[in-house]
Amino acid sequence: MRYEAPENIETAVKLLAGETGNARVLAGGTDLLVQLRLGHVEPDLVVDIKRIAGLQAITAEDGGFRIGAAVSGAQLGEHDGVRALWPGVVEAVGLIGSTQVQGRASIGGNLCNASPAADAVPALVAAGAVATIAGPDGRREVAVENFATGPGRTVLAAAEIVESILLPARAPGSSDAYLRFIPRSEMDIAVVGAGISLTMAGSGKCSGARVALGAVAERVLLVEEAGEALTGTNLDDRALSRMGDAVAAACRPIDDKRGTKVFRTKVARVLAIRAAKIALERAGRA
Amino acid sequence: MTASSENALKERQFKIVGTRPLRPDGIDKVTGRARFGADMTAPGMLIGKVLRSPHAHARIRGIDASKALALAGVKAVVTHADFSKVGADLDDVSCNVMARDKALYDGHAVAAVAAVSGAVAAKALRLIDVSYEILPHVTDVEAAMGADAPVLHEDMFTSGIRPKPDRASNVVHRHEFGHGDVAQGFEQADVVVERHFTTAATHQGYIEPHACLGSVGPDGQGELWCCTQGHFYVRNACAAMLGMDLSHLRVTASEIGGGFGGKTTVFIEPVALALSRKAGRPVKVVMSREEVFRASGPTSSTAMTVKIGATRDGRITAAEAELKFQGGAFAGSPVDLGAMTAFACYDLKNVKTVAYDVVANRPKQAAYRAPGAPMAAFAVEGVMDELAGKIGMDPIALRLKNAAEAGTQSSYGPKFGPIGFVETLVAAREHAHYSAPLGPHQGRGVASGFWFNFGGQTCVSLNLHADGSVALAVGTPDIGGSRASMGQMAAEELGIDYDKIHTIIADTSSLGYNDISEGSRVTFSTGLATIQAARDAITKLCGRAAQFWGIPEDAVVWEDGHARPAGANAGDFEPLSLAEIAATAAKTGGPIAGHCEISAEGAGVSFATHIVDAEVDPETGRAQILRYTVVQDAGKAIHPSYVEGQYQGGAVQGIGWALNEEYIYGDDGRLQNPSFLDYRIPVASDLPMIDTVIVEVPNPGHPYGVRGVGETSIVPPLAAVANAVSAAAGVRLTELPLSPPRVLEAIDGMAAEDEA
Ligand SMILES: Cc1cc2nc3c(=O)[nH]c(=O)nc-3n(C[C@H](O)[C@H](O)[C@H](O)COP(=O)(O)OP(=O)(O)OC[C@H]3O[C@@H](n4cnc5c(N)ncnc54)[C@H](O)[C@@H]3O)c2cc1C
Repeated sequence: MRYEAPENIETAVKLLAGETGNARVLAGGTDLLVQLRLGHVEPDLVVDIKRIAGLQAITAEDGGFRIGAAVSGAQLGEHDGVRALWPGVVEAVGLIGSTQVQGRASIGGNLCNASPAADAVPALVAAGAVATIAGPDGRREVAVENFATGPGRTVLAAAEIVESILLPARAPGSSDAYLRFIPRSEMDIAVVGAGISLTMAGSGKCSGARVALGAVAERVLLVEEAGEALTGTNLDDRALSRMGDAVAAACRPIDDKRGTKVFRTKVARVLAIRAAKIALERAGRA
Repeated sequence: MTASSENALKERQFKIVGTRPLRPDGIDKVTGRARFGADMTAPGMLIGKVLRSPHAHARIRGIDASKALALAGVKAVVTHADFSKVGADLDDVSCNVMARDKALYDGHAVAAVAAVSGAVAAKALRLIDVSYEILPHVTDVEAAMGADAPVLHEDMFTSGIRPKPDRASNVVHRHEFGHGDVAQGFEQADVVVERHFTTAATHQGYIEPHACLGSVGPDGQGELWCCTQGHFYVRNACAAMLGMDLSHLRVTASEIGGGFGGKTTVFIEPVALALSRKAGRPVKVVMSREEVFRASGPTSSTAMTVKIGATRDGRITAAEAELKFQGGAFAGSPVDLGAMTAFACYDLKNVKTVAYDVVANRPKQAAYRAPGAPMAAFAVEGVMDELAGKIGMDPIALRLKNAAEAGTQSSYGPKFGPIGFVETLVAAREHAHYSAPLGPHQGRGVASGFWFNFGGQTCVSLNLHADGSVALAVGTPDIGGSRASMGQMAAEELGIDYDKIHTIIADTSSLGYNDISEGSRVTFSTGLATIQAARDAITKLCGRAAQFWGIPEDAVVWEDGHARPAGANAGDFEPLSLAEIAATAAKTGGPIAGHCEISAEGAGVSFATHIVDAEVDPETGRAQILRYTVVQDAGKAIHPSYVEGQYQGGAVQGIGWALNEEYIYGDDGRLQNPSFLDYRIPVASDLPMIDTVIVEVPNPGHPYGVRGVGETSIVPPLAAVANAVSAAAGVRLTELPLSPPRVLEAIDGMAAEDEA
């Protein structure tokens, strides 16, 4: 196995493109190294992207923030600007693993690993985040909700790297929240995750909402009907309940060792409603 | 023991016993200097790996290792054919170590390789061709008892029933315990509660995987380094499986990263030795976590029915239980112990327990802290809780009304001596926790538990050095701070400072046979042997002083670390310290040592009562433990911190067992969660601080009153947690674990019933 740590993205793409065997990008390694040790992947080439300038940076852009793909959870959690604008994304990333894992785990890695239960992804989808991808044919942009296609599968073509993720600007009265359900209090994998982002207009009515769910389908779901159920309401109990019904209707989980279909569907509804209440309360302060 | 000598024990003033000195292994453990199972290496060492069956039940038609042996760097392959035939006592253990004609569970070892590196060994495993004929399997205990269940062992005919069955089955044995007439007892009851309970198999969850380094030379002499709770047992089992003399195998116990009963048997140790013998080089084998889950001992999964009847004023008139435990692929589930302990807390006129030991296609169960008792207590204490509710009585008052005391005939036979059950109940009732207010969706649970505690074979050697310091060699691996406790007891007897004693776990060639560190026996039996060895040394020290002073030996007494003339008549001599006598030993008859070889009797039984508060999220079924108090009788706490540690550890493992831990099998009979991600033991942030209360009702069988404490603490928590969660959820929960989906289903099911 060959290990390379290039200092710019063009070299990284070239290295990946030149490899005839199995090539892997390495960011924090908290997924990849575990898979290596378990013998699930045996790459011939590992390209470490942490030395690439820009991939570790958070920069303000058009009222939003561009997050380098290799930015760690700890870095993001310490960024006051992102915390103020996108508290739900920051809390979702902050749930990943433990203090030790936070020092390594990246937002890009969470996205590219494409686990249906990844914690950052529902919050990013709710936020309407957009990934910038660099590859042999140059750059392209993909909305995060269209990024994963199934467990461990993404739209990335050979030799493509996620370079950054854009969290857009926000209207006043906007905020977001993310909640996950785990049987323990930490060091666990989401049985259900629910992210929600909303804007409350001056009238006290919701002018737009996005609801995303983790671990209830083969990939993270954007539930447009759930967002629509809130739009135009003041998030009264009836609206929340209708939103919850839309969430439940969208769930298509499996029965597995982590939870039953029935349980996941019920809990998705509960979490989405609770997250909406938190986002509403935050929006009042934003 | 007379009342006066019992009081003497209670009132005895100790100097060192009961204090909290630093444990001798502490600094090594926090700095990383301590050597665990995987920390030993040897020149020329090979790495061994084990090939395991992917099938729950399959006939092994053949094993072709030729391709593996042809791989560069592979030095040996072994299968069952490389092990000697053993006696009936070890036959199942040996067959579990390496499958013979059938693989009996997912993870059962079928072959092993030794190679120059782990990578080569792993590659070689993939080159071994095992031809399997897949057979139908069964993993559930009640299904395994069914008439049409696939039979694991064609020669297994249930014993303990009449007439002897003429068909083989998965039921090993039927046990029955009790006294009186339960049918008549139930007739006298005003209220009867009967419930069916189930518990999932749980793993001991030690952090250190099984690991060993074995070496057998061309002369047939062997050495083994391993993490184990009982290296003498390991030696005997390995020597038998390799056909060696006991004296030709020296086993040294490493530091141990947890065992909880799971390291009381052998798995990889005979394999490492067999590989080493074949390869002519030392072989190290370290299990992966997945192997630990798939192939080392979990405990039984169970199905139980308990029925208790009582009068309206809370007097139990009859108690009956039927217990079914599957113990994995071989005989020996702890169902008999479950049946014996089930009702042991209570003074009962009419009691009967029937127990079935069952085999199923799962790994051979291994001991887990108070084997069998936590599950039985879960069922019995759950029914007690419900009974208290039905007759409107406080649950501690109900237990006090029926509590076993000295002289009670136990449900499993013998009469109890002095015991401290009532004391734990009274201390629990008076604890601030028991009357603290509860919030919405919160509930409180109480449960009690019993464990026998054991004694057993013990051999200790205590050597005095010329500078007055002391080497204490014991043969029971230190699994809970016992080196500190032994040092304290030796220092107390000898009258010297704790720091002067250095306690080691000696290897199997340095001491006589010691039983395993199990059954909460170490502080009791090795402590007893240590005290006797110290007293033996004192007799010799007094003899040397007598010789020095020229007076008879019996005219010398030992007080405060000094030999003194027994009285004015004996003569007027300056006292001689231990160090002074030891310094001149070379001239007065040579080295001074104390010894003790015993089969310790008189381990006092012990009881505990736990109080727990839980909160349940009614919308998700998630339970959170808010507060937890353990009250337990220790007899005498030698080192209170380590007694408290045992109480806390038992409670925490019990909380995990109650809330989330479980072996999950797929329809294919494969274990689905062999990792700490999906086998959920509690993490620190899941738990409150576990509060402890040490009750001391001395055990007359030990010079200081010690009772074992390591196991009783895991007996009540399954029931205590289930009672608390049931109270918080507003519905009686009878299946463990109380995982959120199960609790939510129960809450929603109840709501649906209310609406209907
Ligand atoms: C103890 C522990 C606890 C965990 N807890 C959680 C949790 O609570 N929630 C959760 O969601 N996850 C959890 N994880 C999983 C993991 O930490 C996260 O998914 C993390 O965000 C992965 O980031 P990374 O930088 O470490 O990714 P890596 O392991 O470096 O990479 C992950 C995958 O993405 C690819 N990749 C990485 N970056 C890029 C890129 N820029 N472009 C293209 N491909 C890329 C890699 O090739 C690899 O396939 C946990 C992991 C561990 C070990």
